[in-house]
Amino acid sequence: MTMIVLAIVVGAAFGFMLDRVGATNPGVIIGMLRLSNLHLMKTIMLAIGTASVLLFAGLMLGAVDPGHLSVKDAYWGVFVGGLLLGAGFAIAGYCPGTGLAAAATGRWDGLVFSLGGLAGAAAYMASYADVKATGLLDPLMGGKAALGTLGGTKYPAVFPGVPGEWLGLVLGIGFVIVAVALPDRLRGSAGQASGGSTD
Amino acid sequence: MILSWKTGGVLLGAVFFAAVLLVKPVGVSTQFVIFDGILWDAMDDTVVVENKDAKSGYASPNAYLNKSGGKYAKNVANPWNYSFVFVLAMMGGAAVSALMRGGVPAGERTMPPVWRANYGDAPWKRHLTAFGAGFIVLYGARLAGGCTSGHMMSGAMQTSLSAYIFMAGAFLAAIPLAIILYPKEA
Repeated sequence: MTMIVLAIVVGAAFGFMLDRVGATNPGVIIGMLRLSNLHLMKTIMLAIGTASVLLFAGLMLGAVDPGHLSVKDAYWGVFVGGLLLGAGFAIAGYCPGTGLAAAATGRWDGLVFSLGGLAGAAAYMASYADVKATGLLDPLMGGKAALGTLGGTKYPAVFPGVPGEWLGLVLGIGFVIVAVALPDRLRGSAGQASGGSTD
Repeated sequence: MILSWKTGGVLLGAVFFAAVLLVKPVGVSTQFVIFDGILWDAMDDTVVVENKDAKSGYASPNAYLNKSGGKYAKNVANPWNYSFVFVLAMMGGAAVSALMRGGVPAGERTMPPVWRANYGDAPWKRHLTAFGAGFIVLYGARLAGGCTSGHMMSGAMQTSLSAYIFMAGAFLAAIPLAIILYPKEA
């Protein structure tokens, strides 16, 4: 029961914020990917940096349970899947979460995208055994690898001598610096209209 | 209205942190599989079956639903769990935010201005393309084992190696393609 209440509170906050940063607007996403409106990129880099600093500070202070971390498997399919996702992301201006969130805000193309997503996920379910046979899913670097060694977890480290919490803190600050340093746009002139209405 | 990158970034980061502090990092794309499984199981009740020998207590003849001891099969049988409700609540939160800012303008509900500027305003073209894009995005996300939320946001936050592999693939495809497909800004 507690878990369901937490799912509602955290999920609703996540969806609310996705909409408030402009991520449910495919025009904003396309503007980001064609490098003519980096507002959302700056927002996301700052969000990752902020979360990373809070997370690793919390781990070092003992305020965050290391058992809550969830590092995903590394394998070549992550790269290939990333290429496919990136292609669709550029074509439609949606990713899985923002497509659903956009549909909920009343965007029909978000709904159609999500229906296509259900079909794509079903196709993956149907082809999983064949994909696995290719070896694309075989783990790299021991599988669920983090960059440094994280205390209280069994995740293998890419750089075993490096304390993962400190590395996470430094990388978190790095994301914040990237967010600050990125310009508003890398292509087109500042006088042109932005990549989509930001209302 | 859209928040400044500073306010929006800090608040969105606070949500990522709250998620891992309270339960686990955010993620969305797995739930497309769970929803497909629910639909499939409703049509054919042999898709997910109870199995005492499986680690999760559930099994499936489908290799994907059956992987990791039937973890997905179990979630199909019992969808009222954290991850599935999280995605439904995400949609609710986005809907409330949109209502509070007066909703999406009528002219943008079918396609964004950048699409209209490059490909005209026929809805079927946008819908056909969005459906196809949704297909490859979710196929790719399941092959990768996560999407923008799970790999990029949550993964980078945790210093996962997989996050960097994923981001390399996603941006290598997305940035050149967006530049080629959308020569006009809006």
